[in-house]
Amino acid sequence: MIGLSHYLTVAAILFTLGVLGIFINRKNVIVILMCVELILLAVNINLVAFSTHLGDIVGQVFALFVLTVAAAEAAIGLAILVVFFRNRGSIAVEDVSMMKG
Amino acid sequence: MNAAQIVMPALGPALPELILTVGVLVLILYGAFKGERSAEGVTVGALIVLIVALFAVASQPLSAKITTLNGSFIVDGFARVMKALVLLGSIAALLLARDLFERERIARFEYPILIVLSSIGMLIMVSANDLIGLYLGLELQSLAAYVIASFHRDDVRSTEAGLKYFVLGALSSGMLLYGASLVYGFTGHVSFPGIVTALRETQVGLGVVLGIVFVAAGVAFKLAAVPFHMWTPDVYEGAPTPVTAFFASAPKMAAMAMAVRVFVGAFPGVIDEWRQIIVFVAIASMALGSFAAIGQRNIKRLMAYSSIANVGYALIGLAAGTQEGVRGVVVYMAVYLAMTLGAFAVILGLRRGNRMFDTIDDLSGLSRTHPWLAFCLAAMMFSLAGIPPLAGFFAKFYVFAAAIQAGLVALAVIGVVTSVIGSYYYLRIVKVMYFDEAQPAYEPLAPGLRIVLAVSSVVVILLGIVPAPLVSIAGTAARSLF
Repeated sequence: MIGLSHYLTVAAILFTLGVLGIFINRKNVIVILMCVELILLAVNINLVAFSTHLGDIVGQVFALFVLTVAAAEAAIGLAILVVFFRNRGSIAVEDVSMMKG
Repeated sequence: MNAAQIVMPALGPALPELILTVGVLVLILYGAFKGERSAEGVTVGALIVLIVALFAVASQPLSAKITTLNGSFIVDGFARVMKALVLLGSIAALLLARDLFERERIARFEYPILIVLSSIGMLIMVSANDLIGLYLGLELQSLAAYVIASFHRDDVRSTEAGLKYFVLGALSSGMLLYGASLVYGFTGHVSFPGIVTALRETQVGLGVVLGIVFVAAGVAFKLAAVPFHMWTPDVYEGAPTPVTAFFASAPKMAAMAMAVRVFVGAFPGVIDEWRQIIVFVAIASMALGSFAAIGQRNIKRLMAYSSIANVGYALIGLAAGTQEGVRGVVVYMAVYLAMTLGAFAVILGLRRGNRMFDTIDDLSGLSRTHPWLAFCLAAMMFSLAGIPPLAGFFAKFYVFAAAIQAGLVALAVIGVVTSVIGSYYYLRIVKVMYFDEAQPAYEPLAPGLRIVLAVSSVVVILLGIVPAPLVSIAGTAARSLF
């Protein structure tokens, strides 16, 4: 029987993969965008799983809002990436280093 | 559910947000029809819309507490004061940008529109009474801010700043959201009052604590508090200077209001759990902000570290978790707004022809070429260092006093020590301005910069002499949360 904890475990694994992907990835900024999506989808699995477990519809409403915002976020991320590519001619992560923090 | 049961919620309390929303839609249409030449008109329109919204905020009675939209939107004294600060920051961001953007030929009508959109997001963050509203407000603010950071789109540094801000901001929103989903799952509520009652009735489990930790991480990211500060210096340096001034002012107000709203509003019953996090973040921010700024030569990077340290001081008030603590946070943020905007107005004024100057050496001898400019910047720096009788001293005094009352004596002592360390680099700027070789004079200030600089200097000096009005307003704001 697949219960709440299974869903939460899958979501936790996806979330961790997303966060690690952002920090470990040294190649391509597009991969970072994919990792951000992965994080948001992990959250959605969490929300829907909790929603059915609690018998409360609010979680699913929240998930729909998250989906909408994720789409807007991806659009803006890609737009900034395009502008950056025009200036720098590359989208490799190690080229995002004009300023050193 | 049949259609007759659906009632239109009361929209009156959300009047400032509605004014901004309608206003920005009209401005977008105007800009789209008029094309590139509409920048001037849209800027003036955006200023008018923001000022009208500010009046709408100010006209609501300070102490009334109203919730609407099924309890997900709350307007109380705290929300009103923080909204007024946010709107003042946005108005200043428009005034500071006008002259520079025209000279650099990047005056496009999108800038005022994005500032207004970001302000709507910030107002919603301040007024959010559930996790959904909080997230949506936060995202509206952040998405507009990512675009503004890369506003100088032909400049590598500006676009790089936008990209860095976007990646780390998206990560932080994800963490906040993951925390929100855990809090929802383990309490069964998204609304803050619901979470409060759920936490009171049941034992606080690991899931809720984990959720609070993730929410705290997301909030710390938005506040640029250590250990989630690494984007700040790069974004501040890369973004066009008026945009940096905006990032250092209005979004900080909203993020701090959000932090107070979440921790004091939704998790008052588990203060022992989150207080440790906030205390750690506050100490780390104050220490890093004070030490790392010492070696900086670029004023924008210096202001970035200064803002990190200042967030640390304001978080001391939040760590206290009491009514006095929240009052300290409100006073601190109000004074910080004036100090930062004043300092940025001076930085923006350092230009000859088409060259901007932004290193500390460019300030040398400013007292001889521009005595008033140097005097105002010196007042800001003394105030940031916390030297009486300027406003910065009282701001620090109220947060430290609240921390001591709440029994966090060690935290207050560390705050005083880092404040002394931090005063080194603030006072070094004063020394460079008054005792070093004079440089050729800069151009006279643009009118927008003059207004911002004059208002913030008057505020910093007057509030130092008569802090009582601000303190009483902040006290009313804090009372509404308890």
